[in-house]
Amino acid sequence: MGKEILTVVDLKKHFGTPFGTVRAVDGVSLSVREGETLGLVGESGSGKSTVAYVISGIYRPTEGSIRYREHEITKATKKRSRSLKKEIQIVFQDPGSSLNPRRSIKQILGGPIRVYSDRKTTQWSNVVAALLETVGLPIEYMHKYPRELGGGEKQMVAVARALATNPSFVVLDEPTSALDVSVQANVITSLMELQNEFELTYLFITHDLSLMRNMATSVAIMYLGKLCEVATTEDFFQSPLHPYTRMLLSSIPTVSDEEEALKPKTIQSSGEIPSPINIPPGCSFHLRCPEKEGICTRVDPIMIDMDETRSVRCHLYTESSRGSAERE
Amino acid sequence: MTRELLQVHNLRVGYKVFDGMLQVLDGIDITLCGSERIGLVGETGCGKTTTAKTVAGVLSIPPASILAGDVYCGGSLLVKGGFSRFKRDFARRVSMIYQDPTAALNPVFTVGAQLMDAIKHSTFGGQLSAGAIRQRALKAFEDVALPDPERILKSYPVQLSGGMRQRVCIAMALAVDSEILIADEPTTSLDVTIQDQVLRLLGQLVEDRETATILISHSLGLVRTWTEHVYVMYGGTLMEAARTQSLFENPKHPYTQGLIAAIPKLTGGGISRGIPGRIPDYLNPPKGCRFSPRCPNAMPVCDSERPAPIDVEPDHWVKCHLYQEG
Amino acid sequence: MERNLSRREALQATYKSFRRGWYKFSRNPLSVLGLVMVLAIVFVAILAPYVSPFPKHAGRYVCFKDATQPPSLNHLCGTDVFGRDILSRILFGYRFSLMMGVVVLVLVTPVGVVLGVIAGYMKGTWIETLIMRVTDVFVSVPALVLALAICSVLTPNIMNAMLAVSLMWWPWYTRLVYGLASSLRTEFFVQASEAAGMSKFYILFREILPNCLSPVFTKMALDMGVVMILGASLSFVGLGVQPPKPGLGTMVADGAKYLPDLWWIAMFPALAIVFVVMGFNLLGDGIRDVVAVEEV
Repeated sequence: MGKEILTVVDLKKHFGTPFGTVRAVDGVSLSVREGETLGLVGESGSGKSTVAYVISGIYRPTEGSIRYREHEITKATKKRSRSLKKEIQIVFQDPGSSLNPRRSIKQILGGPIRVYSDRKTTQWSNVVAALLETVGLPIEYMHKYPRELGGGEKQMVAVARALATNPSFVVLDEPTSALDVSVQANVITSLMELQNEFELTYLFITHDLSLMRNMATSVAIMYLGKLCEVATTEDFFQSPLHPYTRMLLSSIPTVSDEEEALKPKTIQSSGEIPSPINIPPGCSFHLRCPEKEGICTRVDPIMIDMDETRSVRCHLYTESSRGSAERE
Repeated sequence: MTRELLQVHNLRVGYKVFDGMLQVLDGIDITLCGSERIGLVGETGCGKTTTAKTVAGVLSIPPASILAGDVYCGGSLLVKGGFSRFKRDFARRVSMIYQDPTAALNPVFTVGAQLMDAIKHSTFGGQLSAGAIRQRALKAFEDVALPDPERILKSYPVQLSGGMRQRVCIAMALAVDSEILIADEPTTSLDVTIQDQVLRLLGQLVEDRETATILISHSLGLVRTWTEHVYVMYGGTLMEAARTQSLFENPKHPYTQGLIAAIPKLTGGGISRGIPGRIPDYLNPPKGCRFSPRCPNAMPVCDSERPAPIDVEPDHWVKCHLYQEG
Repeated sequence: MERNLSRREALQATYKSFRRGWYKFSRNPLSVLGLVMVLAIVFVAILAPYVSPFPKHAGRYVCFKDATQPPSLNHLCGTDVFGRDILSRILFGYRFSLMMGVVVLVLVTPVGVVLGVIAGYMKGTWIETLIMRVTDVFVSVPALVLALAICSVLTPNIMNAMLAVSLMWWPWYTRLVYGLASSLRTEFFVQASEAAGMSKFYILFREILPNCLSPVFTKMALDMGVVMILGASLSFVGLGVQPPKPGLGTMVADGAKYLPDLWWIAMFPALAIVFVVMGFNLLGDGIRDVVAVEEV
């Protein structure tokens, strides 16, 4: 665990639509340390993908600041310098559409390679071959087209493309959500090995908490554009604080009794996720929250630091109970 | 043991493509008893949707073709070599919930109109008046816990959220009072908290109506909480079948074991490497066990001979040569 | 060595997808018919001097003895007022028609497609506005009227006719590609390239353009028919192929005076136009069927 490589302060991204402003991301602050994996977890409408896109420069933030290695980088992709672009890369969710169907794997990987190096044509195909080997794909795949590859293989090509620029920070937007479990296991294990080998930092976006349990060093939960809770993986799964977090955990399908025992028992999922255009007043979660109190309908809670690595945004924790907050 | 409602015998289904015949399903045997909840678990490309479509009678016959086997429902033949004679029977006895509720609902009609259409064409619908059909529709919406059924009746699919659309599809499937319900990955496109709610609701409804249900999913976790009996499918073949509890406490087939190991657990402990290899080429499937190319315990006999089902426990069989002699 | 093996694999893959495309194409007998028709026409057009019964009749030739003969075994399509064999003239006339179609499309397609790709990708900038508004101007004038206007100003001949048609044909390609390109802009693989720092040129021509080409090819096949009719129309009013050259439209114009008595002089050239246009339309339909399914 090194020093902070990425710090986001009060990030906001709003979209204007004919129906009203969509506050996709509405005040998110987090920081990631070098070499660690931060899991950003949420359901649809939470804004987690938007955060990913803003950090990787696809969207320009409406407000807030992003600092990468001490540099303020709050600018959109088209204005980012090339040296910055190579540092922060992204892997998208859908392997089918993130690779150009009309180009061969060699051409897809060759693009970024040739941009960031001044080697001659003959040599870059060697680099492509080396990249394929690094992610565990056979070299012959160079001449194949994306449609000939399976989902997991396509995703590894996307990972290879992200690594082609030698980044330090990789944003992974639900890279395995569209994959079968056995394939996911392969991709995740490869990602973890690559992280060790190349000293990468990951921002891993997902809705799968079980996956984060095994992969992330810290976890952050988002709901309707705001963070609910941030903690180290250990703390998080041992004692989840926010009611939404507990609702999420209780909904996870498990395959063994030991796992079932870890799920919160006193809460069950209820209610629909509101649309991000019509965010309820006060705390956005109050319509579904079993622990709702009067203040929740009027006042939006702010993020409180419980200790160095843990923070929650909930009225239950505002006044008292620093340190241990065992609510079972 | 309640009566056997659905019997699938040795079902073999293929698809004709440019390069030849894809031999997808290779001898599927499924038994479903009245009001039982069974699960059909497998990954992408294993043929579970093909099986579902065959049993529900919605398989497109060219390019697919039923190479062998048959399907009986309560004693009467539903499928043998084709559907044409039996199409009407299907609609009445088997209903289906599809994976993507947005695609399953016609965007230019209100959901009320679609539901009432479904009721009108069911077994009993012909004798009902328009008013009675509407009442049934409203009741169906109430049963699936949709708020304000009157308003939903007049809504278009685009005005509803994903969870609500899936509830509408469930209402449509259940309102026709079919004997068998096939739910093909009904919650895959939904968020985790909504998924949990919808499945609990479905479980309640199915129990109230005593409808026999086949839940198809790629998620072992879902199947574990929801079903009484599970079939594990790979490469168009059933690999293992058992009472749900037996399967999870004591998985026998290397594929099942590999699958369970690959699932990230809440207890931590890391993730396995997954199962190496790819699904079989259906144009030239392996002569023996279809999993043998990827199996960590493969023996020479696995490549040449197809394993027959072997009982390892009461109500728990495996198709694997490892358990041959014992 | 490894490189050669992979190269061979790549070729094999291309061959295989070709065969697959042919399989899809041949499922529709009409598409195959279209292909046969087009190939036949191209064949006779190229080999017209060797295939036609009276090749000299295609130029200046007069033989009043044989004039205005109805269709017979000797002259399958009859002869016109100058005694020229109509069938032979038709075969030579196909040369003009095909040339018109090919030249126009070869000129028009690159220009239209490139402009469309640029406009689509740069949506929201002044470049897009400029390109699309210019396109709108050209599109708003009816094709034939514009062609007539241009042709009447310039010397009437086939070259100028082709120029005129080209000038008002490119915008349709721009529009076609513009829609496609602007929707592709938001695709993940384009975003990934942007994030990786690829140049605009690369994104335009390596990422977006290849994905726009399928409808372009279909349109080209279907356009052949339309362009040929346009050319024939221009010839019909005297602004295209000039007599005594055997343009199909010119021949129809010549023969129109003699309807209905000497019907064959106008009828067979007209049927010839129908035949070639239909052939390209069927072929275009077939191409669309093949290509559309290949898309992601």
